[in-house]
Amino acid sequence: MNCILLINGTYIVAAVFFIYGLKLLTSPETARRGNLVSAVGMFLAVAVTLLNNEIIDFKWLLTGIAIGGVIGALFARLVKMTQMPEMVALFNGFGGIASLLVGWGAYHVMPLAGIFELTTVFLAVLIGGVTFAGSLVAWGKLSEIIPGRPVLFRGQTLLNGTLIVAVLIGGSVFLSNPAGGYPVFLGIMLLSLVLGVLVVIPIGGADMPVVISLLNSYSGIAACAAGLAISNNILIVSGALVGASGIILTKVMCKAMNRSLYNVLFGGFGAVAKGSEADVDGEVKPISVQDTYFLLEAASAVAFVPGYGMAVSQAQHVLKELGDILEGRGIEVSYAIHPVAGRMPGHMNVLLAEADVPYEKLIEMEEINRRIANIDVCVIIGANDIVNPAAREDATSSIYGMPIIEADRSKTAIVLKRSMAPGFAGIDNRLFYKENTRMLFGDAKEMLGGIIAEFKGG
Amino acid sequence: MDPQACNEACLVCMGLILVLSIFIGFEVIFKVPSRLHTPLMSGSNAISGITLVGAVLAAGSAGGTISLILGTLAVVFATVNVVGGYVVTDRMLRMFQKKPGRRQG
Repeated sequence: MNCILLINGTYIVAAVFFIYGLKLLTSPETARRGNLVSAVGMFLAVAVTLLNNEIIDFKWLLTGIAIGGVIGALFARLVKMTQMPEMVALFNGFGGIASLLVGWGAYHVMPLAGIFELTTVFLAVLIGGVTFAGSLVAWGKLSEIIPGRPVLFRGQTLLNGTLIVAVLIGGSVFLSNPAGGYPVFLGIMLLSLVLGVLVVIPIGGADMPVVISLLNSYSGIAACAAGLAISNNILIVSGALVGASGIILTKVMCKAMNRSLYNVLFGGFGAVAKGSEADVDGEVKPISVQDTYFLLEAASAVAFVPGYGMAVSQAQHVLKELGDILEGRGIEVSYAIHPVAGRMPGHMNVLLAEADVPYEKLIEMEEINRRIANIDVCVIIGANDIVNPAAREDATSSIYGMPIIEADRSKTAIVLKRSMAPGFAGIDNRLFYKENTRMLFGDAKEMLGGIIAEFKGG
Repeated sequence: MDPQACNEACLVCMGLILVLSIFIGFEVIFKVPSRLHTPLMSGSNAISGITLVGAVLAAGSAGGTISLILGTLAVVFATVNVVGGYVVTDRMLRMFQKKPGRRQG
């Protein structure tokens, strides 16, 4: 009895650690300590659980912890900062499958539990399954194992709707006859996995920040449902915290793209938008590395606008080097960050932090737009849709209304880009055809390196 | 108290915990600035590995071979989630932290 009191008391302490840890995440100075506090909370929660007298066999669970710990630590140490989005997606999926398995285990041990427990088992399996399969697809898309473009087919929405109805019917059949419901239960599990794949497959690369946030939220909700299924308070508290965090991030991301969550999930963004290509006027004007150097050298204020292309070519370090050279010459340098630049929330901030760019130099979209007319040269590094003026000018464009970094309003915009291929939204970028835009074709890292060489040589 | 009443009290209690946790989550996380959104996501992702507690209970209790397998698999996945999530978040936050130190020095 005392043991139960100790366990539950420690769970309360762990919950406090989690909340306080998240609170410390609100400032870069304290964030690392916050993560540590949260980890200590996790350690306490797991360690004290081992005292539970229901546990009679430690062999397998300790083996499992050892295996998982080694794999997790290796993953986390070896992953490159540019691979962070797919890593987060994969970990989300692992959380989801763990919740599914816990729900399954709970049902296997007590198939005749009350209606409440079985409902939560159903939810844990359903949400856990969707999280797992969806995260794996997101991981595949982000690491380019499968195509990042939206995969659409006829009757997709109808199929998804039918599956959701099937899951709900399966759920009620299962709940009305839990004892004989094992086949139905396994069917629900299978459907949830299929549903997870189908929900993420039509979503394009540029929408990945929304999807990752949403899956993050699901992994929390799944843990929460698993907690309700086995009546464990610490699972409920932590799951709810993560669920809330994911929902907030999802909302922020949707707002930054001026789209509703429904539109992201069912819109099949990017596959249909070709309409406005024809009416783009003007021509593309390429620029050489040397001319770029002259432009930059003569500037007094320069803004860098990084996008996913910077991550792909790992150009953050050379970018910072160039920024330092410019600053050394008395040029005002800022880094303009769009909220959905890259493939996950805050992606550009992480990469630039890796390159040691002080965070006060990272300027948010609203602020840079206020002073963009005073920027002499705006250098866009592998960003596309987030600087596309079609968002302001073309009411027929699929990104119309999305807040953008208005690079076209700066005095000169230089776009570093591999080729003229459209961005992940699949639409042509009007910025490339503007009078004051110059295109610097090539790999971002090489081109920036070339400009640096010009500075050092000149 | 008869078992039925106790059960209902437990449900109400869990519901209360759930609702309050959601509110605290919203309150705390709204204040996280956008530059820390990636570490927030991977850090909260590590917290969602709390399923490990449930997995440990499932893997350790006597429920037959199938539930032992389910539980152990759950333990492996949840531990990867927890350990990987915290370590990777720490790696990221170390980079964020460096700057003020260097400025002072």
